[in-house]
Amino acid sequence: MAMERAGSGWGPRARALVRRLRSGDEIAHLVTFLFAGSILLIVGLLLNQLWVNSALARHKFGWSFFFTRVWDPVFEQFGALPFIFGTLVTSALALLIAIPLGLGAAIFLAELAPPRISDTLAFLLDLLAAVPSVIYGLIGIFTVVPLLREYVEPFLKATLGFLPLFQGPVYGVGFLAAGVVLAVMIVPFIISVSREVLLAVPREQREAALALGATRWEATWKVVVPYARAGIFGSIFLALARALGETMTVTMVIGNVPQIAASLFAPGYSIAAVIANEFTEATGDLYLHALVELGLVLFLLTFILNGLARLLILLTARRGGAHA
Amino acid sequence: MSFRRRWRKSVNAVMLSVTGISALVAVSVLFFILGYLVWHGARALNWDFFTKLPKPVGETGGGMANAIVGSAKLLLLASLVGVPVGLLGGVYLAEFSGRTVSFAVRYATDLLNGVPSIVIGIFAYTMIVLRTKHFSTIAGGLALGVMMIPIAVRSTEEFLRGVPRELREGAMALGASKWKTIATVVAPAAYRGILTAVLLALARVAGETAPLLFTAFSNRFWSPGWNQPTASLPVMIFTYAIAPYEDWHQQAWAAGLVLLGLVLATNLIARAVLSRGVSMQRF
Amino acid sequence: MHAPVKIALPNRSLAGLKPDLRRGDEIAAELPLRMQISRLNFFYGAKQALRNIDVKIAANRVTALIGPSGCGKSTLIRTLNRMYETIRDARVEGQILLDDQDVLSLDVTDLRRRVGMVFQKPNPFPKSIFDNVAYGLRVNGCKGSLGEAVEHSLHRAALWEEVKDQLRKSAYELSGGQQQRLCIARALAVNPEVLLLDEPCSALDPISTAKIEELLFQLKETCTIVIVTHNMQQAARVSDFTAFLLNGELVEFSPTPQLFTTPADPRTEAYITGRFG
Repeated sequence: MAMERAGSGWGPRARALVRRLRSGDEIAHLVTFLFAGSILLIVGLLLNQLWVNSALARHKFGWSFFFTRVWDPVFEQFGALPFIFGTLVTSALALLIAIPLGLGAAIFLAELAPPRISDTLAFLLDLLAAVPSVIYGLIGIFTVVPLLREYVEPFLKATLGFLPLFQGPVYGVGFLAAGVVLAVMIVPFIISVSREVLLAVPREQREAALALGATRWEATWKVVVPYARAGIFGSIFLALARALGETMTVTMVIGNVPQIAASLFAPGYSIAAVIANEFTEATGDLYLHALVELGLVLFLLTFILNGLARLLILLTARRGGAHA
Repeated sequence: MSFRRRWRKSVNAVMLSVTGISALVAVSVLFFILGYLVWHGARALNWDFFTKLPKPVGETGGGMANAIVGSAKLLLLASLVGVPVGLLGGVYLAEFSGRTVSFAVRYATDLLNGVPSIVIGIFAYTMIVLRTKHFSTIAGGLALGVMMIPIAVRSTEEFLRGVPRELREGAMALGASKWKTIATVVAPAAYRGILTAVLLALARVAGETAPLLFTAFSNRFWSPGWNQPTASLPVMIFTYAIAPYEDWHQQAWAAGLVLLGLVLATNLIARAVLSRGVSMQRF
Repeated sequence: MHAPVKIALPNRSLAGLKPDLRRGDEIAAELPLRMQISRLNFFYGAKQALRNIDVKIAANRVTALIGPSGCGKSTLIRTLNRMYETIRDARVEGQILLDDQDVLSLDVTDLRRRVGMVFQKPNPFPKSIFDNVAYGLRVNGCKGSLGEAVEHSLHRAALWEEVKDQLRKSAYELSGGQQQRLCIARALAVNPEVLLLDEPCSALDPISTAKIEELLFQLKETCTIVIVTHNMQQAARVSDFTAFLLNGELVEFSPTPQLFTTPADPRTEAYITGRFG
């Protein structure tokens, strides 16, 4: 496009601007830039609002917010520790259950199952990943909780009751219930990502191991899975991030008691659950600000985790890529 | 056969069966969920569910007509926010942006994608509910729309980039300007993928409950207009499930079935759209 | 090592041409010129791809660009319609004239309407046959009867008889050779003064190639043609003038019969006799 000499004064420059604006390309560039820029704006606003609306709580409690066990709206004493504890415990439990299950199923689907079965099951699992969390919660309340209360928890108490993990009264709802239902939620995710990553491992790797006399399991576990390690870790991290922020399922089965307990049978609370339950009942600004500060904590947790996940994938991929 | 050999063979057999069992367990869970939901939900589903309003607490009967309409309104609002920003933002990333800006936008998009839905609910609350001093459909729609944006942006960018260079060059060599090339050749070639992504995004936010809990809140009656709290399917499921009334539990099952049916149907339709008509060049 | 290949020239290229040992652009300069390239240097970032190129493109003639892979012939042809501008860090120095107008001073979309291009791999749009040909017309804002213009273009591209009953079908249902002729029709629809063809037959079978070469003879009556080809026999068959490029430099530019029978430069002779490239 012919560039006009910018003359002095506004006249020629304004005319040049108008001519450029009339060009469709410049308009398209500007319009799409505005919409893309609005995303930056939204994120900025989000951070700003979280910060500003937690100010009262932050100023009053400072760092002790993270170490106080007390959550008392009546006396306006707010501490985040029970919720952080609950969030971490339920997520860890969920991972403990979901990783072996998910990885095992992914290995089966990627290595052993005939392609048609593998594809059909993968498709069904993708559908499972699309099920809304409130429905998991619904089923959790009416099937998992009674199951735990009537059979599983008494059984665990009878057999492993010497461990503090499995002591105390059995309600059904509690950390164990939340962990189990969360595990069910994140398993499809781990399976589908791990399966894809495993399928992407070049068949020469597998064949080389088998040609050296390894059994199928040895070839898979010692060669294929390590090769796909980055992607698998990535899927775990992302599943963890999902579990941390999961609200509905946990709220419905965790028991909603802000306490720190050693037993898995005990009812507890998570960050997302307390926000969901108490936000609309928050009387007084300090109460609200405390809840928003919890939201900020949750945001930071998932932010760090997602960042770590991406870093990990980047690092391991680069290392793995050097071998390829 | 040496001991070691036998050991390895049995480990092999055991571990392979374990993986098979894991897969079986994982899939059984799906069937169990669907089956249980269908069983209980179908029994509670009746015409009243779709047409009547909820009855006052304690009385049996009634339905969730207002929740169904409420969810529809929320999704409409969500699309109004999520689709334009997502699509045009994706076009910007794929076609126009420079390196630093696109890095920033992509980073922001990924960040937004990772934010837990309840935190987005807090955002909508502080932006709208706090200022207007009441719950509203708009606030709920905003929260859901913000959740849709990252999915729409990433898919739009991906599918636009997937359009082969030769098509773009063909159009430009005929004298089409950049935006005309995008509008008349690139976008039509990518539209199926983008449509799929939008449908999947809608299905995803349709089931979201947490962000609605303190934005759209809930409503036992019809919610006229856009400025009042509204019932929605996911919130009703939550409210009814944790309540002590057996009748409400039944309705929760019915609502769960309806919601799940809609979400899964949308997913299946979206996949069908994507897999059909991926016209490959015959050579 | 193979024996030097004798290029068999069809008689019609020789007819009426006096044996002449002057350089190609002196001869070309006697004819009306459609495009003129002077002192052209081209850079991909720091790397120079074309050095000091001077070529005169005679109107209503076919000019061929030949040379081994990487010699710059595709780069050169893409400067004529400024398609290099889609690549970052691509830079041009020198002058390219279209009918005495500097190509860089023209509006680029207008330039591309006047100088059309057909690519190596057929690239029809995922639209119907009709919409493909009409695309250039629609985009450039042509009002009036599209149907006539489309039909006319398809005739010029020798495709009309084969597709006249299937204009609404997807372009992807055509064979490779037909798709390429469709792309030619699409380029012709906007009535370009110059048609650039970048190895148009390299992805096609011999019969489709022959059809397209036939086409070029008729087209040059109404259009000026520049064709890049790695196939020397094709250049010899089809073109009036040939430019031989090597490592970004123009080694020789002569009327075709002369270049292939009595090349002035030993490098040209080495190339056309198959000793390299």
